[in-house]
Amino acid sequence: MVNLLLITVILINFYTLGSARLVACIRAVALQGGLLALLPLATHGPSGHALLLGVGALTFKGILIPWLLLRAIREVRIRREVEPYIGFVATLALGTLVTAAAFIFADFLPLAAEHLGGMFVPTSLATMFSGFLLLITRRKALTQVLGYLVLENGIFVFAVLLSEAIPLMVETGILLDLLVGVFVMGIVLNHIGREFSTLNTKRLTALKE
Amino acid sequence: MIGRMLLQLAVLLLFAPLLPGVINKTKALFAGRKGAPLLQPYFDLGRLWRKGFVFSRTTTWVFLAGPVVGMVVPLLAVLLIPFGGLQAPISFTGDLILLVYLFGLSRFFTAAAALDTGSSFEGMGAAREVTFSCLAEPTLLFALLVLARGADSLVLGAMLGPQLAVQWQGSGGPVLGLVAVCMFVVLLVENSRIPFDDPNTHLELTMIHEVMVLDHSGPAFGMILYGAAMKLMVMGALLVRVALPLQTGSMALDLLVFLAGLLALAVLIGVVESTMARLKLPRVPQVLVGTTLLSFFALVLVLR
Repeated sequence: MVNLLLITVILINFYTLGSARLVACIRAVALQGGLLALLPLATHGPSGHALLLGVGALTFKGILIPWLLLRAIREVRIRREVEPYIGFVATLALGTLVTAAAFIFADFLPLAAEHLGGMFVPTSLATMFSGFLLLITRRKALTQVLGYLVLENGIFVFAVLLSEAIPLMVETGILLDLLVGVFVMGIVLNHIGREFSTLNTKRLTALKE
Repeated sequence: MIGRMLLQLAVLLLFAPLLPGVINKTKALFAGRKGAPLLQPYFDLGRLWRKGFVFSRTTTWVFLAGPVVGMVVPLLAVLLIPFGGLQAPISFTGDLILLVYLFGLSRFFTAAAALDTGSSFEGMGAAREVTFSCLAEPTLLFALLVLARGADSLVLGAMLGPQLAVQWQGSGGPVLGLVAVCMFVVLLVENSRIPFDDPNTHLELTMIHEVMVLDHSGPAFGMILYGAAMKLMVMGALLVRVALPLQTGSMALDLLVFLAGLLALAVLIGVVESTMARLKLPRVPQVLVGTTLLSFFALVLVLR
């Protein structure tokens, strides 16, 4: 069950790396957030802590933030990422390579015995790398926000592994940070959209009177 | 062993044309039509067989070799794979490579026959076919390697053996799911099905496989159709075994399960063809690279 969830998370990484359609990407990342919300319950059983963590992840990652992003898309009227810095196939290939590397690398990490050979650490690393890739390779500011979200999802996978050790306060803090971050980015996006009539971040490097 | 071989060949020869019939019937039902009868491919083959050959004066023996090889290759390939729970009549270490490249051989001859006519359309079709299948080949090989790793053996008979059922129930389930999806995509590409190629269009711009066989007529075209149906069945046999590793022990029951699986696969192909649009040509390589990466990922999962 847990392994199935984690593999689906990785497949969603691939999908977001390979797809040009922003709305579909946002939906995919929302689905990823929703799946991650199931993860604490699937791993640690239905304890109060896990339940709280899952509900928090679902509301923030699965519903609230995707909704904000979809609203932002409506307001600035963009539908797809037209030309990324690196082509979609190339990003996808890079994504698979880093995923494979994450799986190999995780075997060399000095982990606790019960985490060794599991899927958690490699999935978390792979998801973080995919988020990085999205951040680096895309032009549109909105896709970069998505990359940031995927990156955070990777951190969340790692946190689930340690959720017995990490106090709830810290996790709530992370989630709130994320929400604030997306809020700020939403405002910035709107400003960029109004100023340049495009969300292409390449324009930001050009000087303007 | 001779009996096994004959049984397998007989099942293939008798059953293969039914699959396109089932696919077409499913598509007709989706479109709200009554559709051609299920046995229509058999009638078509009979009709084509009674016609005479027409050869262009510019063609050579290569032109006839295309259909012949296209029909003989599935007959050879079927001897290497187990039908459902039955054992493969011939098996040796590394026969998976032979299986993959037997189909490579038939593709080479089909493309060569198309080029032999000297028609520019057929040349274009041959170029497309070869491009797409060279992109589909790594997917198939990675998928087979995943199975080989699961069985710890390079023999097709063992790779598709009873350990598949154990793997589905154990931790290997997601990996086998990935492999099944990849094999399904390869099956659609190799048998020129929507979303990669449309077997029904006769528009030069969209055709891939159809355009290569435009100049064949009569029995030669019949051999191509028969060969295509048998190829569909042989590749479907691999997929059905991976997706449905039931084994009852009784030979007749195993064969029935296998044939029912093949029919279900044909219905599934029909559903895919009815619900999906054909991909734009530049998108096809992207999708194929995507499935290659998926199967590579599956391999990484089992190798660690």
